[in-house]
Formats: sequence, C-alpha cells, structure tokens
Amino acid sequence: MNAAASAARPAPAAPSGPALLDVRDIGISFGGLKAVQAFNLHLPRGVLYGLIGPNGAGKTTVFNLLTGVYTPMTGTITLDGTRIETCRPHQIAAAGLSRTFQNIRLFGELSVIDNVRLGCHVRGRHGLASTLLRTPGHLAQEAAITRRSMELLEIFDLADRAGEQSRSLPYGDQRRLEIARALATEPKVLLLDEPAAGMNPQEKKELAGTIRLIRERFGLTILLIEHDMGLVMDICERITVLDHGQIIASGTPSQIQSNPKVIEAYLGEPGGAA
Amino acid sequence: MFAGLLPVVVVIALALGAYGLQRAEVIGPYWLNVLCNMGINILLAVSLNLVNGFTGQFSIGHAGFMAIGAYVAGWITYYGGLLIWNEVPVTPPEGWFPPQVWLFAAGCVGGGLVAGLFGWLVGLPSLRLRGDYLAIVTLGFGEIVRVLLQQTGPVLADAAAVKDAGLSSAMALGGSLGFVSVDTGLGLTAFNNLFWTVFFLGATILICYRLKQSSTGRAFLSVREDEIAAQAMGINLTRIKVRAFVIGAVLAGIGGGLFAHQSGNNLTPTDANFVRSFDILIPVVLGGLGSISGVVLAAALLTMLPEILRNPGEYLPLWPWLGAVAAIGIGVGLAIRHRRALREVCFAVAILALAPVLLALAGWACKKPGWITEKGFELGEYRMILFALLLVLMMILRPQGLFGVHEVWEMGKLFKKKPPKDPMGPAPVASALNSVASRGGGRL
Ligand SMILES: Nc1ncnc2c1ncn2[C@@H]1O[C@H](COP(=O)(O)OP(=O)(O)OP(=O)(O)O)[C@@H](O)[C@H]1O
Ligand SMILES: [Mg+2]
Repeated sequence: MNAAASAARPAPAAPSGPALLDVRDIGISFGGLKAVQAFNLHLPRGVLYGLIGPNGAGKTTVFNLLTGVYTPMTGTITLDGTRIETCRPHQIAAAGLSRTFQNIRLFGELSVIDNVRLGCHVRGRHGLASTLLRTPGHLAQEAAITRRSMELLEIFDLADRAGEQSRSLPYGDQRRLEIARALATEPKVLLLDEPAAGMNPQEKKELAGTIRLIRERFGLTILLIEHDMGLVMDICERITVLDHGQIIASGTPSQIQSNPKVIEAYLGEPGGAA
Repeated sequence: MFAGLLPVVVVIALALGAYGLQRAEVIGPYWLNVLCNMGINILLAVSLNLVNGFTGQFSIGHAGFMAIGAYVAGWITYYGGLLIWNEVPVTPPEGWFPPQVWLFAAGCVGGGLVAGLFGWLVGLPSLRLRGDYLAIVTLGFGEIVRVLLQQTGPVLADAAAVKDAGLSSAMALGGSLGFVSVDTGLGLTAFNNLFWTVFFLGATILICYRLKQSSTGRAFLSVREDEIAAQAMGINLTRIKVRAFVIGAVLAGIGGGLFAHQSGNNLTPTDANFVRSFDILIPVVLGGLGSISGVVLAAALLTMLPEILRNPGEYLPLWPWLGAVAAIGIGVGLAIRHRRALREVCFAVAILALAPVLLALAGWACKKPGWITEKGFELGEYRMILFALLLVLMMILRPQGLFGVHEVWEMGKLFKKKPPKDPMGPAPVASALNSVASRGGGRL
C-alpha cells in the first residue's frame, strides 16, 4: 500500500472530533462495590489509547462493559454511531469491537489455526444446508477463512504452529494468538487486556512493534490495558488512568507521567488515612 | 458439487453391500440382529455427541427424542400401512425394496423431523440458561414423554377405525403395553434391515463429520471450550446451542424410527426413560466428548459387551488380532514424542482393542466353576456395575473421554511432513503484513 509502516506515529489525537468509540458516564457496581463509576472515553478513529491503573482499579471491568459481558447500569456506549450498551456480546463483536482477555481464553483443545478461523466466523454466512451439502459457495468461504487465518498467523509468526493444539503453545505465543483471533473478527476497535503480561523484554519489544503495525495496516483503533509503563508510554498517544473505578487523569503520556494524582495512586496514599 | 455428493454415493453403496450380504445370508440372523442394534446404538450416540461432545452441553434426555421419533415413525408405518394396504404385515414383504419399506424410511425421516421440532421447543428456553439447567430440563423431558406415552389409548386394529379416528389416531399408541394391538396381537413390522441401518448411520456420521470440519462445527466446539470467549468472537451462543441440539434431536428421532422397526424390539414408553438415555450417554463419555470415531468405536464395543459376556469363549481366540492392534497402538504411541494429541489417539485405539479381549477373559474366568466363585457366574448380569465402574474410572483418569476431540483419521498426519520453518527468519512481521495488506485483508 504505502510506506506508512515506517512513518512517524501520528500526532496525539485531540479529545474532540468525531469519535469512533464514544463512552459516556458508564458505571457498574457489584453488590456495594462501585467497580466503575462515571467512566468516559472518547476514541477518535485510528488512535492507540492506553488505559492504566493499579490492580483492582476496574480496567478489565471497563472492557467487560464495552464488550457486553456486563451491561452498564448507567451511561451510553456508541460505536461508530450505533448505540451498543444494551447489545449482547456477539452483537457487539459483529458491530466491530473485539478483545483479548487478561487471563488467556483460547479454545484450548482446538488447533492454533482453528482458533483464528473461529474468529472469522462472524463475518461469514453459515447456512446448515450449504454446510452439509458442501456447496461451492460454502467451500469457497471456508477456503477464504483458512487463507486469511494463515495470513494472520504469519503476522504473529505462528504460521508454522498452525496445526498444534493451542493450549500447548508457550505463554507469549498464546497471548499473540489471542490478538490474531481478535483480529480475525475484522474489528474497528481492538481492546487488548494486558497483552504483554508474562512476556520477556525482547518479546515485549516485538509486541510493541506488532501492535503499531497492525494498527496502521488494518486501520485499527486500539484501546490497551497494560501494567508495563515503558510499553504504554512508548506506544500510546493518549492515556486514561483509573483508580478505584474512577478516572483520575487523562492526557498524553508526558502529562500523565507528571500528574501528581497518578503518582499518588501508584505509590499509595501519602496521607495514610483510608 | 460432485465432490460434495461422492460420500453420499459411497454411503449408499456400503448400505447396498451390507444389505446384499444380508440377503445372500452371508450374515446370519444372529449377527444381523447384533449389527443392526449396533448401528442404531452408534447412530444414537453419535447424535448425542453433537450436543454433549461438540457443544459441551449436558443433555441426559436423549431417549426422549429417540422415543418421539420411534412413535412417530411407528404411527406412520402402522396406520399408514393400514390405510394404504389395509394390513399390517407380520414380516416385511418379499423383495429388496418393497413399497412398505419406503413408507418405513419416510416414517424414520418424519420421526426425525418431529423429534427435531421437540428439540427446538425444549432447547430454545433451556439452552439460554446456564449449563446445569439443561440436564434437569432434558431429564424431565424424557420422563414427561414416557408418562404421556403411557396415557395413550389402545392401538387401533383396522383401517375403518383409523379412518374414523383421523389424526387423533396419534393418541392411539398403545399406552404402557407398547405399540401392539390388543385385538390382533400385531405390533410394528420389523422393517429395519442392514440397508437402512447403514444408510442412516452413514448419513449421520457424514453430517457430523461435515459439521465438525466446517465453521459451524468450530462454533460448536468453541462454545464447549469457552462460552465467554466464543461470544466475544461473535458467536451467538443460544443460536449455536439450539442448532446443535435440534440436529441431535432430528438424528435421534431417525434412530428411534430404526429402533421401533428392529426385529426383537417391542416399542414401549419405557424406551423414553432415563436408563435408555444413560445407555446412549455412556459411549459418548467413554469414546470422547467430541470425537466422532471415538464414539463410534465405544458404542460398537458397548453393544458387543453383553454378547461377549454371554459367550466369552467364542471371543477369546480373537486375542492375537486385537492384541496386535493394541501392541501397534502402544508402540506407535510411545514412538511419537512431540505430538501429544496423536499419541493419545494411539493409546486410545490400543485400549479399545484390548477391551474385548480382557472382557472375554474376565467373563470366561467368572464362568468357570471354582475360579472366582464356587459355581461360577455370568459377568453379564453385572453389566450396569461394570459401566458404573468404567465411568468413575474415566472421570478420574480421563474426563474428556478416550479420544478427547481427536479422531482416528488424524493419525494420517503422522505421515505428513511438518511444513518447513518460515524462510523469512525471526522477523517476518513486516513482509507478512505487506502480503496481507496487498490482498485486501478486508472482508471475507
Ligand atoms: N463479577 C464481579 N463480581 C464482583 N466483583 C467484581 C467482579 N468483577 C470485578 N470485580 C471487582 O471490581 C474491581 C475491579 O476489578 P478489575 O478486574 O476490573 O480490575 P483491574 O483494573 O483489571 O485489575 P488488574 O490490574 O489486577 O487486572 C475489583 O475489586 C474486583 O474484585
Ligand atoms: Mg484486569
């Protein structure tokens, strides 16, 4: 296509402008625990956005709200002009929101390539009659799915393990396979929940490159949860910080790094009173 | 198109071949009966495997669908035969394919469709709920079917009565006596033969195989592996579960149609009960939740089990053959280092090959006076205890079943070379990306 792969990353996106994913005031509580409150997010098309916060801050819960695992008790979620906060998870995936999981959720008994093929499922039509009769249309679709899955596996350097059982992969490979599977659904917005967890520094470096590249090539908008500050500060254009379910800061990496509230949240409360 | 139909032709050819052997009396009445029952049992287990194995739902009322199919098929052949030919034949009329037999085939299909309708009615509400509810609902469903069938009136004896009754003849299914007319003593005709058994069994296996190889089958398996991840990938859980459940019910209904017209079987409401559901479930759990070939082998073995125990001495001479299979399985299994799945398939084959030999040996030893007990006893009478022990052992040692989701034919992969390492070296990301991007990388 073009040489954008090596181009400098785009200027930090401004918080205004048309949002691809627009989240307003969503919240949920579990029993008495307000896991996420009044959460706002404004993802312009093409941005690589970070979501950080200490353990238990509610980051994964935000992902679960966005993808319909939980239905928000308050607020609205708009994806590309469509309201999705009351949709079921599979409808949200079909609408173009895909994710990976913090605690890897691959289809362990299935082969590596079948995991990715399954991701392609949502973009196809799978009539029972055409499946059982193996019509030419069905076979062509299955072939296209296989081809596309192999291409995705090549991106993540997993092509030569395509036939292996996915649960037998090393940890880092499993994480990357989850990203490949999520990409197979052809999302507009990709949510990555701690994709670098458990990876060594070399793998993390490669992962950062891969994330940037898939963003450019697939025109993705990415929301990333990550505990590795180096990685987040390196690749994200904007960052939101959560603590105790509430946003305590939003801004560019440099703004976040120098924000006293953020430092306080990460280092514990200097006042000591809790 | 041709490639899609070829296996259908093969199935029909196999069915004709088997039927030919039956008609030429190469296969005698005893083995005919055993083989037909084996085919029906395999069919039922393979159909349940779609639900419990592929999709990971726990249905324990499969006999309910089987019974519905059986009664609908029986209703069609019995009353249909009375209306068309004015008689219910005691044995099937002469010839390869007399017209009555086509009515029987249509009855099986009709039974399957009605069972599928019930599958949809039962599945749609209960499959929305969490897994355990399905077990309770299906268990209840089987019992309801049984009780309802017990409430039906006596079987009508002649065409005039059937004409009078019209569709309400569906309420004349014999009650707890079973599908037998009190007046004439006639029950359902034993229309089933090796052709229809092999034909419907082959069709069932082909359907399951094609599902497993397709996106739909992958969706089934993904639901079983991880519902949350499957949903996040765009799988409509309810739709996929209901689809598996309905297909399973249709196939069970067809199996029921065969069962109802198998010689030696007297169709009664108890065929819908939990014990029979359990009989269908055992080979699924043993053979492998999700493995078509594993379930086929396990169901075949379990059908043979009472036969082996009846006459253990006859089966003992098989030991060199089965022993050789087992030895090869174990040997190959030990030789495979890095492909765990294939190694497990080898061991599973070995275990299944050894099982009949060990069973025959055990049955033989138990029979001998003075060996285990003073007088000797029939191990076959303790069949249910054996099953229970086997299941407990399986649950402890290998909860996913002997074969897991793997198939015997996956052994073919052993002879394939592994693809060579990517020549692009350790950093193929950029170039691979280019290739994807240039091909569009967009919608399928
Ligand atoms: N289903 C649930 N029921 C009850 N409490 C929950 C549930 N899900 C999350 N929580 C609680 O909500 C809070 C936020 O959890 P969450 O997993 O979102 O944190 P996180 O920011 O992702 O943390 P980590 O960095 O450790 O992954 C935690 O206190 C957690 O215990
Ligand atoms: Mg988390």
